Amino acid sequence: MSGEASNTLSPAVVWGGGRSPLHTSYGKIMLWFFLVSDALTFTGLLTAYGFARHALSPGMVWPIGEEVFNSFPGLSGSYPLMYVALMTFILIMSSVTMVLAVEAGHRMDKKGVVKWLFLTVVGGFFFLGSQAFEWAHFIHGSHARVTLADGRTAYLAENPHHGHAIDPATFTMTLGAPRSADVLQGPEAYALYQSAVSVVSGANMTENEYGPTSYANFFFFITGFHGFHVTTGVILNIVVLTMAIKGVFHRRGHYEMVEKAGLYWHFVDLVWVFVFTFFYLI
Amino acid sequence: MERDDIIEYGLQAGHSEEQGRLIRKKIYFVTVLLSVVTAIEVLLGVFWMDLFPGSWHWVKWVFIMLTLVKATYIVMTFMHLGDEQRNFRSMILIPYGIFLMYIVYILIWEATYVHWVQKIFL
Repeated sequence: MSGEASNTLSPAVVWGGGRSPLHTSYGKIMLWFFLVSDALTFTGLLTAYGFARHALSPGMVWPIGEEVFNSFPGLSGSYPLMYVALMTFILIMSSVTMVLAVEAGHRMDKKGVVKWLFLTVVGGFFFLGSQAFEWAHFIHGSHARVTLADGRTAYLAENPHHGHAIDPATFTMTLGAPRSADVLQGPEAYALYQSAVSVVSGANMTENEYGPTSYANFFFFITGFHGFHVTTGVILNIVVLTMAIKGVFHRRGHYEMVEKAGLYWHFVDLVWVFVFTFFYLI
Repeated sequence: MERDDIIEYGLQAGHSEEQGRLIRKKIYFVTVLLSVVTAIEVLLGVFWMDLFPGSWHWVKWVFIMLTLVKATYIVMTFMHLGDEQRNFRSMILIPYGIFLMYIVYILIWEATYVHWVQKIFL
């Protein structure tokens, strides 16, 4: 870092002068600047989401997170937001193990750094796996929206699984809203279903069963972009973990690289906290 | 060759075993706090409409405030921004804060306008 400047300026005021003006290393400062710009990107995305929702055309209803995300793998029935809360918890926990790795690095405790970084990587993989499930479930959908020939809207009690045929005898639709009390059942309901104008099942880029098209598009883009950040973070953590195991940082005399990877990882957690609130809760 | 990864100036980051114990205590405290706040958010989300029907817009503000609490703890404790110098902290937070306020203003003002134009003329 001591470049040309140190030749012409007093050593006390430049980077190479034995002290950093901000008592922080160049690398950490630059990483913070990157995080600010990345935070602005996510702010832009969440603001666009808020705009689309706030400016919603009259007569349209924005889906409620508690109703869209209410399944839990391995369990049937409705568990509103439990799975997303679990994902949030996993990411917070992996943030905690990361900060413990940084703390161990400050004590030059190589064993501790390796242990906590390894757990951080495991947490990252768990989060990515959860997100894959979430996406698969969102795309498959649970209550296909049926526009009947007479203009009414009905929802299937349950989307048929891939490759499974619908049995008219047990066929069930609810009118107005998913799981509403207004139930249509049996072969007559099935006949209505067959003469329906349109059936929207699950979600894709042009239509979805939950609400406005932009809802699914924002879901894919925001959680996808965040998932991309998590993937990058996991790769960075694996690189840093490998270097820690090989003793690179110990020979260097400080574990600052763990701190830098940690800053990025905490940022990913921070973004998820906001995505969780603005996309799932509100 | 000049290398960037060797720190020539005094690194303030190292700490002793005793300090480490205090820092870990703080980390565990923040962990519990973040978990509890998340649990409260989920419970509010699930039960609010049963308890107070038709008042969803109120709980939104509670969510935003709880989220800001969580964000503060993550940034200040986990990312150690609270341990940095004050001028560095301001350098990160103030420009972002100004931009955030501006964009939220644009969001609310313009989205309300677009919504009402559609409501009145369509």
